[in-house]
Amino acid sequence: MDILCVCGHGIGTSVLLKVNVESVASDLDMDVNVTTADIGAAKGTADASDLVMTSPQLAPQLDGVTTPIETVNNFMDTDEIKAILEKYDD
Amino acid sequence: MNVLATIFNFISQQILNVPAYIIGLVAAVGLIALKKNVGQIISGALKAAMGYLILQAGASVVSGSLNPFGQLILKATGAHGAIATNEVIVAQAAKDFGASSAYIVVISFVLMLLLARFTPLKYVFLTGHHMVFMSTLLALVLSFGFGAKNSWLVVGLGAILMAVIMVATPSFAQPFMNRITGSDQIAIGHFGTLSYVVSGALGTVVGKKSKSTEDINFSKNTSFLRDSMVSTTVLMIVLYLVFAVIGAFALPAKVAFSVFPSAPKDYGAYFMAAFGQALQFGIGIAIILYGVRLILGELVPAFQGIAKKVVPGAKPALDIPIVFPYGSNASLIGFLSSFVGGLVALAVIAVWLGPMWGLALILPVPHFFGGGGAGVFGNATGGRKGAILGGFVTGIIITILPAMLMTVMGSYGLKNATFSDSDFCWYGLIAGKLSSFGPVAGTISLLIVAAVIFGLACLWQVKVVNKGWVPGAAHAAFIESVKKQEDAEREAERAAEKAAKKAAKAAAAAKA
Repeated sequence: MDILCVCGHGIGTSVLLKVNVESVASDLDMDVNVTTADIGAAKGTADASDLVMTSPQLAPQLDGVTTPIETVNNFMDTDEIKAILEKYDD
Repeated sequence: MNVLATIFNFISQQILNVPAYIIGLVAAVGLIALKKNVGQIISGALKAAMGYLILQAGASVVSGSLNPFGQLILKATGAHGAIATNEVIVAQAAKDFGASSAYIVVISFVLMLLLARFTPLKYVFLTGHHMVFMSTLLALVLSFGFGAKNSWLVVGLGAILMAVIMVATPSFAQPFMNRITGSDQIAIGHFGTLSYVVSGALGTVVGKKSKSTEDINFSKNTSFLRDSMVSTTVLMIVLYLVFAVIGAFALPAKVAFSVFPSAPKDYGAYFMAAFGQALQFGIGIAIILYGVRLILGELVPAFQGIAKKVVPGAKPALDIPIVFPYGSNASLIGFLSSFVGGLVALAVIAVWLGPMWGLALILPVPHFFGGGGAGVFGNATGGRKGAILGGFVTGIIITILPAMLMTVMGSYGLKNATFSDSDFCWYGLIAGKLSSFGPVAGTISLLIVAAVIFGLACLWQVKVVNKGWVPGAAHAAFIESVKKQEDAEREAERAAEKAAKKAAKAAAAAKA
């Protein structure tokens, strides 16, 4: 599945989230393709992915996006990320 | 023999001298180390190399939009104006110093892993764009200090200086981070640490009895400022138009109009030209960031994969937005007070210090991260007062220090962009000033500086951080007591409600 990680700039936190999502996904044996974007570009590209992951502060700005959005409080907490990914693991 | 020499010459001149290709090769090596497949390695290396070229393309757009701006300020006020935005100055300097800075990033990363492995400073600095900025800064000031001939000395010394600062700054900020996050899992890896520590320290002084920023209800209308492209462009539009108005009053129409390449014929066209250039600035920043994103998307995972293998259990030192969830109101308050602080400092430089020190006017663009981070640190130790004061002082710091840094940036000191965050400024100033003593004296004195910073950080880590000291205890106790009081009030309210209901029931029963 295609996952989009979003932060304000698209260069700091979202890249770290991508790293952690990839490592959690490989533990779960999920086949994921993770891309990063800043909040401005995310609105346009979100529809092309299956899942959007971002922080609770930014989630309201993605109103109107049809893709499911999951918020992550701590981008370094692999358990939190794991709980989210397991929902989508089929 | 000659064939070999030709081949070596070709590789060193045509490949290892081009920053984009070095970055691409580094990404490829990292992806190979992570055992990715051939397709992923090729696409990763290409993306990283092209990301660098995109960054340079963005730089020319930004420079183009800043030229009329600088002209306008110079003609209207007589002062040299500059924008303190790391992305811009780094992209502008990429052509001259890209190769040295790419080598500094790679070597310093290896040195940092060794320091994290064998010394008490167990931090892995993972904020990729700040590595690129710091390495470019060091390559730039050391090259001007030592002269362009000593490029290997610049790379070697630059890598040592950078490795030290990458493990030292997270250590200094760690007690504050522990207070903010309530755990000791993550460190801050962002070269605005001076502002954050100052902000946290000020918070402990002024905010013992100040409520948290997080109880304030901000309107939804301010959330658009969290989008960096929007906030940067909005600020630039304001700044551009302010100076366009000043220019309109201070200059004859002909002179003011001639600033813009589109050659406006009347004031309407003149103001719209200013507005258009401000948007161009935003576009340039967006292009640069897109390039940075491509590079980091490949490099950071590779770096982290390698770090995990070499230094298991080290704390990741991460970008400043990692603290925003712990104080989203605080980051907004910090950003706004930093902006105000920047304007105050700007006025001070323009009116009083400028003529004395010949400082440039530093226009505040990137207060969002530095100021926002300072707000969170200030709030953690000193509530609302801490957030406001911390942000304000940060604004002053990142207006005055970048202006001073421009004095050691050689020919780049005359351009219209400079570094913004506090650590770039003080570290760059020291490196620039000491390297001007020449290769031998400069190298020795800078090695001593690196050793002193490293020693202090080790001492701090062992005596303070590892002992579990967390600042702002008085403030935390106050917040706890407020919470208890509120809980007690709520309990009392509930009890009163219950009693009222009971009384009503009893009354109803009595009627029946």
